[in-house]
Amino acid sequence: MQHELATITLAMESIRVGNGAGFWGDNLDAPRRLCEAGRLDYLTLEYLAELTMSILAHQKSRDPSAGWVSDFGDVVDDLIHSLQTQPGLKLVTNAGGMNPHGCAAAIARRLGQKGLAGITIGTVTGDDLFPRLDELSRAGEPFANFETGQSVDAIRDRIVSANAYLGAAGIVEALARGARIVVTGRVADASLTLGPAIHEFGWDWRDWDRLAAATVAGHLIECGAQCTGGMFSAWRPEIALGDVGYPIAEIADDGRVAITKPATNGGSVTVGTVAEQLVYEIGDPAHYLTPDVDTDFSHVRLLQTETDRVEVSHARGAAPPETLKVSIAYQDGFMASATVVLCGPNATQNARAAGTIILNRLAHAGVKPARTHVEILGAGDTLPGMPITGDSRPWDVVLRVSAADPSRSVLDRFVREFAPLVTAGPPGVTGYTGGRAKPRPVLAYWPTTVSRTHVQPEVDVKTAEEWAHTAGASE
Amino acid sequence: MTGLIRLAEIAHARSGDKGNHANIGVIALREDDFRHLGEVLTETRVAEFFLPLRPTEVRRYALPGIHAYNFVLKDVLGGGASRSLRTDSQGKTLALALLEMRIPPPPHS
Repeated sequence: MQHELATITLAMESIRVGNGAGFWGDNLDAPRRLCEAGRLDYLTLEYLAELTMSILAHQKSRDPSAGWVSDFGDVVDDLIHSLQTQPGLKLVTNAGGMNPHGCAAAIARRLGQKGLAGITIGTVTGDDLFPRLDELSRAGEPFANFETGQSVDAIRDRIVSANAYLGAAGIVEALARGARIVVTGRVADASLTLGPAIHEFGWDWRDWDRLAAATVAGHLIECGAQCTGGMFSAWRPEIALGDVGYPIAEIADDGRVAITKPATNGGSVTVGTVAEQLVYEIGDPAHYLTPDVDTDFSHVRLLQTETDRVEVSHARGAAPPETLKVSIAYQDGFMASATVVLCGPNATQNARAAGTIILNRLAHAGVKPARTHVEILGAGDTLPGMPITGDSRPWDVVLRVSAADPSRSVLDRFVREFAPLVTAGPPGVTGYTGGRAKPRPVLAYWPTTVSRTHVQPEVDVKTAEEWAHTAGASE
Repeated sequence: MTGLIRLAEIAHARSGDKGNHANIGVIALREDDFRHLGEVLTETRVAEFFLPLRPTEVRRYALPGIHAYNFVLKDVLGGGASRSLRTDSQGKTLALALLEMRIPPPPHS
């Protein structure tokens, strides 16, 4: 009885933020399933990996109304019923990518067609530094690579996108101005969750510990099912992933946080699944940096309070750095990979021979890609040189050969060396049915920083009806 | 060899990428084993284990709140997610590999 009372008390002064997408390509049904079963106040959808912006920049260069995450359009169609039946439900997403205005216009039309023309959509922009690179360089921004120290001059004429990571401020402003759907460009992933918490509770922007608590919550749910049983290294078949539930962060006004999931969905929320996500893709745990707060994860504690509910405490925060992280993507030549299958008692050995044959034939043709890599998948080559699997002799393996070069023509020649293996290779070559592989441009990543004085979020809030008539709406 | 156990018997782990670097968080299954984890899973030992991937640096950070260590392995991904020619360009399998490391059992077991 006492336990129930505690839960109710927390529920009254807390919000439930569910994350229904951890990357562009995540399960399309997850957002709707989470809204239907999650009793959410906010649904967040996180779509932008490091290099997604460069892909979106390319799409926008070919079509001015594109450049946002197209999956989000389908997700909005799927969420119509939830938006109609749950008037308190709000959406916060970085699906805007390189074109939040275009994204808002496109979803506005879809909403209008379903009788939701009155819904308010806010956009957050200001992250796109590409048009401002020269101006910012003149203002003293070096844009040197913070990993290598290299000068940006090395890649300046090959840059395709440059985006600063914004914090939660733009999201908070959009919500304060009445947005029910917030569509951003590049925003720190955890800020998608922190924004709603600041808006709801009116936290001070220097209340570092509470900002840190909600930032940890955002970090834990940002990769979707990775904190509800997906990818769990101690996974066992009893943790049902077929209908895996996506994560929900309950955040209280006083900074208490709990991670849970819809009880009717599969998956599992335990100290183990949450701990693995806490350490995912972090550097120094004492300084998890976002534009909002410098969060110390190292003393965070996790406590299982009931089935599929883990309380998260002891996050500590401090003032964030004066600079914002910037992701630059630049063209770095081309690459291609292709595979064939080899079978038989000597599959591994024959596959290695076939890989050598490919590279030798290329060399005889005078074609030498700048980089090549041969893997025998099935023989432990995902970790090159590491003897993890011992001396097993698989009956069938996949030969995967990859190459990179500044010149596309080198790779066009490279991908033609796979088909000949079928008749002119070792015995047991099969599975070459997918057609010839295509070389693709390499967009490499250049991490750098910019002073926060040079970057201001811009917020636009309009009804769907108004968005549908903006310039970005043209097909 | 006798007497050694798999790291997976006392810990679980997750790995991922940060550019061309990878990180592996290793979490003791039982709080009691955190100290032992710290003794056997040194920066040097982890660097040796992943020697074929040629890390330029291995750093270890403690997360005592969840009885875990985070390892950052520099320059082990063959160029990182966009440039690497490897199948596992994002280092997602490094955690499972590390869990196969053979270690002395904790003193109490």
